[in-house]
Amino acid sequence: MTTMLKVEGINVYYGAIHAIKGISLEVNEGEIVTLIGANGAGKSTILKTISGLLRPKTGQIHFMGENITSVAPHKILKKGLAHVPEGRRIFLQMTVQENLDMGAYTCPAGDVKTELERVYDLFPRLLERRNQIAGTLSGGEQQMLAIGRALMSRPKLLMLDEPSMGLAPILVEQIFNIIQEMNKAGTTILLVEQNAQMALSIADRAYVLETGTIPISGTGKELAASDEIRKAYLGG
Amino acid sequence: MTFLSFLISGLSLGSVYAIIALGYTMVYGIAKMLNFAHGDVIMVGAYVCFFATTRGNMPALVGVLLAMVVCTILGVVIERLAYKPLRAATSLAVLITAIGVSYFLQNAALLLWSSNPKVFTSVVGNETIKLFDGRLNISVIAIVTIIICLIIMAALTLFIGKTKMGKAMRACSEDKDAAQLMGIDVNFTISITFAIGSALAAVAGVLLCSAYPTLMPTTGAMPGIKAFTAAVLGGIGSVPGAMVGGILLGIIEIFGKGYISTQLSDAIVFAVLILTLLIKPTGLLGKQINEKV
Repeated sequence: MTTMLKVEGINVYYGAIHAIKGISLEVNEGEIVTLIGANGAGKSTILKTISGLLRPKTGQIHFMGENITSVAPHKILKKGLAHVPEGRRIFLQMTVQENLDMGAYTCPAGDVKTELERVYDLFPRLLERRNQIAGTLSGGEQQMLAIGRALMSRPKLLMLDEPSMGLAPILVEQIFNIIQEMNKAGTTILLVEQNAQMALSIADRAYVLETGTIPISGTGKELAASDEIRKAYLGG
Repeated sequence: MTFLSFLISGLSLGSVYAIIALGYTMVYGIAKMLNFAHGDVIMVGAYVCFFATTRGNMPALVGVLLAMVVCTILGVVIERLAYKPLRAATSLAVLITAIGVSYFLQNAALLLWSSNPKVFTSVVGNETIKLFDGRLNISVIAIVTIIICLIIMAALTLFIGKTKMGKAMRACSEDKDAAQLMGIDVNFTISITFAIGSALAAVAGVLLCSAYPTLMPTTGAMPGIKAFTAAVLGGIGSVPGAMVGGILLGIIEIFGKGYISTQLSDAIVFAVLILTLLIKPTGLLGKQINEKV
């Protein structure tokens, strides 16, 4: 098992606020790793720092053995690390198809068609709505588009930030099934979730984040069984 | 007959405003800043074409192409040196910087080329077409200006709608962080936008001075500010808006000159700006800004 992503002792600040306090975590090839924790604990901040949108003050981030700590976000994507940001952030004024085209921005023109077919296979709903303006999609469809768009770059590691947010339970289940399918097809997953129960049920390993630090980590099963975690995050 | 003649002059002047307004609106759309130095890039373009054709004895078309190249470089350099370091600054800081760049360009032109007006020779000659037994005179430059404007509009619409770079520009203008996560180099995209806007400014400068042949360091200032008005009228940030706004403003200005008063025509143009801001601040085709929760 090779380490794909290695985050070592990163400290991230928003102005004077010390948001992330010396966090380290690892994701191995082929795993589903989840990062759970309360609102405001810094989960999204960690993902943004990994994908280059934020810079850590100290600490290092390695991806596939390469130091990416100060690499620009658009170059990090090219190395095979895609990030579905919090709140989906699809291009609301562009069509579904154009959003997917943007996801394939770094693909050689010849490969775009294959990727497009793969994503439309995974999300037939998007194929039906390919010429629709993305802003008019339902919440679930927008989430599918956000994930599909990230898949267009054929990432080795896909980071998902709260893919279940604002979705009906049946859609949440669907999205989680798709995450597992993508993982089986060879994509390593780093999943940030508020829905800890769901996340732990599919994760190989998990980290629990508490206001900028990671006090607990373990396998998904261990954490789901732990009393402490149950009380704090799983509602009893 | 005068109505028709005014309409054609208005369309022609409006075409120039539209070409300039496209630069304003594209830059605003992507960099969220008002580049008030844009008008002065027009002036530089006109000077380059003037010197290329008079001192350099180059054919008019070569002069225009040279002006486009020089302005493209100028636009990209201005963005890199003056605006890029302010990417994270407040919009007021960027606005003041843009006004500073505008004064810098005007005064640099004053030093280089003096305040003496140059008489610009039209790139297509000064012929007029006489219609209806000479009752309607249309200058060739007016027709050429309108045709070039239509070509630019069509080309730009295709570019923004269909090409990969055009789509990347739209993506950046909507959400820069998300665009970066797609692998789009936002800084490069902004540079391309400035390059296109500045090349268009060069074309506008040549067309403007072909119709109104007095060329001075301040030549670009007034058309620049009027094109800004046109961009606001159409809806700043909207490319079709800039086209519609530019054409409309040109027609309003010429009709104002012809039917109301020559002296009041500028006041009428800027009254349009004030009225737009009062009645429909998003402009005719501007998008309502939806705050996402």
